[in-house]
Amino acid sequence: MLSTTPTVPTDQFEARTGWAFKPEGACKGEVCIPLATPPGDTVDLEEIAAALQLPLVHDEAHDVWAIGPESIGGRTLTTAEAADLTLPRIDAGHEGEMFSLSSLRGQKVLLVAWAPY
Amino acid sequence: MWQAFRNEHHAAGFEVVTVALDTAGPEACRRFIELGQPEHPSLIDAHHQVAELFGVVNIPNAVWIDEAGTIVRPPEPAPAPPTFRHLTANIFAGVSEVPERMKAIMGEAMHIQSSPEAYEAALVDWITNGADSEFALSPADVIARSGPRSADAAKGAAHFELATHLELQGHHDAAISHFRIAHELVPDNFSYRRQAWSLEPGGDGPMERFWQGPTDDDDGAWPYDGDWLTDVRAMGPSNYYPTWQA
Repeated sequence: MLSTTPTVPTDQFEARTGWAFKPEGACKGEVCIPLATPPGDTVDLEEIAAALQLPLVHDEAHDVWAIGPESIGGRTLTTAEAADLTLPRIDAGHEGEMFSLSSLRGQKVLLVAWAPY
Repeated sequence: MWQAFRNEHHAAGFEVVTVALDTAGPEACRRFIELGQPEHPSLIDAHHQVAELFGVVNIPNAVWIDEAGTIVRPPEPAPAPPTFRHLTANIFAGVSEVPERMKAIMGEAMHIQSSPEAYEAALVDWITNGADSEFALSPADVIARSGPRSADAAKGAAHFELATHLELQGHHDAAISHFRIAHELVPDNFSYRRQAWSLEPGGDGPMERFWQGPTDDDDGAWPYDGDWLTDVRAMGPSNYYPTWQA
């Protein structure tokens, strides 16, 4: 997740990373990590990175941060619960519309990654 | 690319979502979209979120997600149905002179052993039988079969996102520095490499972005340690893009 400030709105952090703040801590699927101080409206990137062992990289020249994914258990997936990927559409008639994977609940989905290179 | 298959099975409660991993944006994908005419959602992923959130490390890769939003197969090589091959052939139709480098790249790519028939059959089995399909994995198996991720690899994903961000902001040289770190920290992610390589100037015409390496006259200017042809030759096409395994 990118940010030009050291704190980000909590709802944006949850939507982009898949971590959800609950009374028991920061949770993703079945995994919950207790937090000493749960975030309010904003998440401090440095604090959350330390608590969830997420990498935080700052490009000082351009003053932008990127917080990376967890590596819990040494696998890319922490849970089999699919992240709610939300991206713009490029198919005809829908260009630019945001689309969330969760809108397809009730159907089987083949999520295909491709590239024109 | 999956349009015909999708139409055949859509009434059975099946949908396809394609995600183009490309920092170069929608315009770069346009001719493929126009040829494929997808009626299913087709998305653009400039920062490779599917690498971070699902573990996609090469393309094409696919993930199976059931009606409840649970992944039943993590990212894996996903050969497109035969119809897509005709489509790719159309992209290159009318190219009269194929440069030597492109001939060599296509030569290596021909050694990739994909198994589109087996993959398609497995997919149909899942669409028909759901959780009872032998190809639908348990949550524990899905996590176990998802790719490895070290703390370094996680950090590499953060560098990759900085790189794509800086590229989009017009800071190409700064982007290269972060791409290089990402390549070093996440060596098993081949789309991280292909993305960065494809943003460098290549040959001319419709194959430009497949060039992915130094051009004949600017050998010293290539900013990366590897390139498509060198890396694939070194690792072997079957390691670069493994055959799908049930």
